[in-house]
Amino acid sequence: MSTVRNSISNSVASHAVLLLYTFIALFPVVLIVINSFKTRKAIFRSPLSPPNEETFSTVGYETVMKQGDFILYFQNSLIVTVVSIFFVLLFGAMAAFALSEYRFKGNTLMGLYLALGIMIPIRLGTVSILQLMVATGLVNTLTALILVYTAQGLPLAIFILSEFMHQVSKDLKDAGRIDGLSEYRIFYRLVMPLVRPALATVAIFTMIPIWNDLWFPLILAPAEATKTVTLGSQVFIGQFVTDWNAVLAALSMAIVPVLLLYIIFSRQLISGLTAGAVK
Amino acid sequence: MLVTSPGSGQVNKPQRRWHIAVFLAPAVLVYTAIMILPLFGTMQLSLYKIIEGQQVFVGLDNFRHLLGDERLSSTFWNALSNNSIFFLIHMLVQNPIGILLAAILSNSRLRFRAWYRTAIFIPTILSFVIVGFVWKLILSPLWGVAPDLLDLVGLKSLYKPWLGKEQYALITLSLISVWQFVGIPMMLIYAALISIPEDILEAAECDGITGMKQFWKIKLPLILPTIGIISILTFVANFNAFDLIYVTQGALAGPDYSTDILGTFLYRTFFGFQLQLGDKNLGATIASLMFLIILAGVCIYLFAIQRRLRRYTF
Repeated sequence: MSTVRNSISNSVASHAVLLLYTFIALFPVVLIVINSFKTRKAIFRSPLSPPNEETFSTVGYETVMKQGDFILYFQNSLIVTVVSIFFVLLFGAMAAFALSEYRFKGNTLMGLYLALGIMIPIRLGTVSILQLMVATGLVNTLTALILVYTAQGLPLAIFILSEFMHQVSKDLKDAGRIDGLSEYRIFYRLVMPLVRPALATVAIFTMIPIWNDLWFPLILAPAEATKTVTLGSQVFIGQFVTDWNAVLAALSMAIVPVLLLYIIFSRQLISGLTAGAVK
Repeated sequence: MLVTSPGSGQVNKPQRRWHIAVFLAPAVLVYTAIMILPLFGTMQLSLYKIIEGQQVFVGLDNFRHLLGDERLSSTFWNALSNNSIFFLIHMLVQNPIGILLAAILSNSRLRFRAWYRTAIFIPTILSFVIVGFVWKLILSPLWGVAPDLLDLVGLKSLYKPWLGKEQYALITLSLISVWQFVGIPMMLIYAALISIPEDILEAAECDGITGMKQFWKIKLPLILPTIGIISILTFVANFNAFDLIYVTQGALAGPDYSTDILGTFLYRTFFGFQLQLGDKNLGATIASLMFLIILAGVCIYLFAIQRRLRRYTF
């Protein structure tokens, strides 16, 4: 009898802690989004109440659409993120396949060399990266960002993907070889489809820091035509500090796309994490 | 690429296996050109100085200047000690909260687990720009959300403009960063906890070890390696942080440099601010010192801590 009571009070306590923390995690986000749809007066008078018929207003969004080039910024961020992820996955999977499939001299050393970048942040090389981009005329191009993010994403991608590729059955690949498939086809036709869940996990891990990065856009591509959403909203908010409607609207517009992507992929992210790649 | 027989164990004639090089080349090239060479290039730049428009090799002069000059060295030590406090707060607040949440979530009888997990991870996916401004607005005395909330629980007198006061700003920013990243330790520890085999826990239950005692005696020792990895990841991320401070307090890391960390110090030195011109070589010197600090931390972890942690394979 006492254990039953115990487990009930336990689960009540568990839910209480989790609910409290969920509130702490979500409150700021909800607060920004509801206030972005209110009139200026209502934002200040009753910040905690949701918009109603009287206080509803989209004036902030109108200012943002008029003043900032947000469509362009979104486009830039999207191009940089998608192209970088594509190269990280392609090059990363190729290297991971080479490291996990073949035994050759220097295999372990190569693995360690490529894993170095997991621990050492690429930012520390910024001074030289900027010089390199100036020398090659890539400053203020999206290419510069794509190159940097590809290099940044590769180490972790190779590490996670080679763990997964070790698990692909040897017999399957040997059967392919007996059927006369080339090594490239084995990689592309047999192994890639089997590690697709791992590719999705890596894609999400790569996407979040790229989409959110402020440092490299600020240093390598600060021009109006190449601004990313993160940099664009930072600059916009800096200029419109006193226009609270516009600031809140800009923040909400920056939150919503990532949030939607996350909700779509969250199941994948969690199962990828718990599959044991990062144990 | 030298040739030995393929891994499948068949005895093959030695042949050049070009495909290995083809598979490796793109990743190795991009990684080497954009990451490794610039890293060494930066360290090399720290040994040079511009004298009369020419890059001149000056050995460790830049380091001597940085640590010897009264104003520069006090800025550096201030940034380093702020950075250490920043890291310490993450270790003391972020990781215990992460462990607590993961421990609660790992109970398989709990309902709505997936829902809580998704919600608590949301701040982690937001950009620093969003997080910085959101908290700046909430804590702002102008808007009054923070004092109103404190009023609800009767603690209004505790309210201070936390981001604007020297003695609170750094701790406030550290806690904002903890708020943002608590999802990462939570997820990793959650993954480690649910992969503990059921029979170990059943055996413990048969011996009467349950509840809190089971957590301390059985589960915690088993997840220590994960806690080790989280600690070193936190260390690297913290000593490389920049964005949150830059967004909320600007490059000057106010008030009065009380939130200055190595990342903002590097940015100011490299690009210049207000009347001071940017200095590439001195920037490279700071980046090199950051590299050494991070390297030292990683080495301590790899050689001193990780080896002592016993790993259990099931």
